[in-house]
Amino acid sequence: MTNANELTLADARDALRKGDLSATDLTMACLTAMDAGDALGAYVHKTPEIALDQARAADARLKAGGAPDLCGIPLGIKDLFCTKGVPSQAASNILKEFKPEYESTVTTKLFDAGAVMLGKLNMDEFAMGSSNESSCYGPAVNPWRVDDRELSPGGSSGGSASAVAADLCIAATGTDTGGSIRQPAAFCGIVGIKPTYGRVSRWGIIAYASSLDQAGPMTKSVRDAAILLGAMAGHDPKDSTSADLAVPDFEAALTGDIRGKKIGIPREYRLPGLRPEIEALWQKGAEMLREAGAEVVDISLPHAKYALPAYYVIAPAEASSNLARYDGVRYGHRAKLGAGDGITEMYEKTRAEGFGAEVQRRIMIGTYVLSAGFYDAYYNRARKVRALIKRDFEQAFAAGVDAILAPTTPSPAFGLGEMQSANPVEMYLNDVFTVTLNLAGLPGVSVPMGLDREGLPLGLQLIGRPWEEGDLLNHAYVLERAAGFVEKPRKWW
Amino acid sequence: MSIDVETARRVAKLARIQVDESDLPALAGELSNILGFMEQLNEVDVTGVEPMTSVTPMRLKRRADVVTDGNIQELVLKNAPDAREGFFAVPKVVE
Repeated sequence: MTNANELTLADARDALRKGDLSATDLTMACLTAMDAGDALGAYVHKTPEIALDQARAADARLKAGGAPDLCGIPLGIKDLFCTKGVPSQAASNILKEFKPEYESTVTTKLFDAGAVMLGKLNMDEFAMGSSNESSCYGPAVNPWRVDDRELSPGGSSGGSASAVAADLCIAATGTDTGGSIRQPAAFCGIVGIKPTYGRVSRWGIIAYASSLDQAGPMTKSVRDAAILLGAMAGHDPKDSTSADLAVPDFEAALTGDIRGKKIGIPREYRLPGLRPEIEALWQKGAEMLREAGAEVVDISLPHAKYALPAYYVIAPAEASSNLARYDGVRYGHRAKLGAGDGITEMYEKTRAEGFGAEVQRRIMIGTYVLSAGFYDAYYNRARKVRALIKRDFEQAFAAGVDAILAPTTPSPAFGLGEMQSANPVEMYLNDVFTVTLNLAGLPGVSVPMGLDREGLPLGLQLIGRPWEEGDLLNHAYVLERAAGFVEKPRKWW
Repeated sequence: MSIDVETARRVAKLARIQVDESDLPALAGELSNILGFMEQLNEVDVTGVEPMTSVTPMRLKRRADVVTDGNIQELVLKNAPDAREGFFAVPKVVE
């Protein structure tokens, strides 16, 4: 038998029920792997005592019978989720020492279902970044490597992707505002789905851009994503934007039958300079879906090219407003004040010390685009362009398209530090294929497809109709089976 | 739209982030660069388009306007950098 921490969620669930494995043994295996994986920088706060308590409770519940799917499953939780009594810092120094007195809705649901928390996972500060390098803890590292260089696991959910790919947990939670689940999933060779906006409650998840943020699972397989999404999803009276819709059985949707479905290939995503390798992978993916009985058609999303600039107006605008709460008064860091310093100096020094460079940059951009005289020129214009981007998708779906196939990222994982000299806009280009969905609120999943010439994972992205995550995951399941990606990173840590 | 040092200083002030005088020119350059990237949005004809306000058209839920929690002063203050006598403490605001 493989080491228990290497199991998929579905296999672990089944083994726990058959009695082949106890939740305590499974948790111990994950904790051992977690401690042996420190070189990956994936975990930033470990919670072994909580994990073992939860595992023992899960074993009792499993023995009693009728336990939910998640019962006894060890998970890593992104540092963006507030977890009661456990540091929840959004990888920012401004939230140093912050231990919430409450539990996020998602983690509440997971723990109620019997899930086990191994610890909190690394990320870009306030989920702003595509490389995990803006974390106050230092970057998480991609378990995949091809030479001596340490590679980025992507971001912002880089710790989640690294931990799942290296088997330091069975699955993990992530959040996605512009691609923060899908891009790291692609970089690390795992599955990640951003659900429809409103499917998963945002309550207790530290806010970045509220109209775009959405939590989702990061897993070893499409089936695992279906199971974990089902446990995370559902209406929450505490989040007024959460949808009051029944949560279907996503796992039951994985029939593997997509005959007669229509797959759209957006021609605007064929960017000039798209790497031939990515282009070839994309065509291969389309061919796989065609062989499975789907019809592949060209579609047009004429406003797709404006998604990135619209995103970088809207997200910072919302962030500047959301992050105004970090003022050194109610929680987190407060700067040491000099003689004669008043409250304004307290705010300004606290925020200068507590926020990293990228967060400061986005707050200031957001402040500028919302300031008097520029609100219409930037913010309102961006919201109008956003409406057009959404309309493009609506028209494609109205024409009968069931899912859209696109690359997840323009490249495989890059080296840590390699983008440091690049200007911020170059880093933003990582999100070029992913942000459109956040703007339109649509669900999207990244599926690992294989390795590039050097031996690094590449992913493809499927985009679905709103609230049709089950159908979307079924398409992803077909792609996953056709690609047959089973490689694991060579263990160097 | 290019951002000069004066505008950068004003934005930092509005955002309540202290920026050293010597760092303002670099900040102005960075902000200008990002705003330049956003200029592409001016190519789009948005005549007659309503700004998007929500992802799914739905009426926000309402609930009775009643107190649903309270008496948790200790929990509220627990993470404060400076809490005294049941209050958040801050530097003197009024002379």
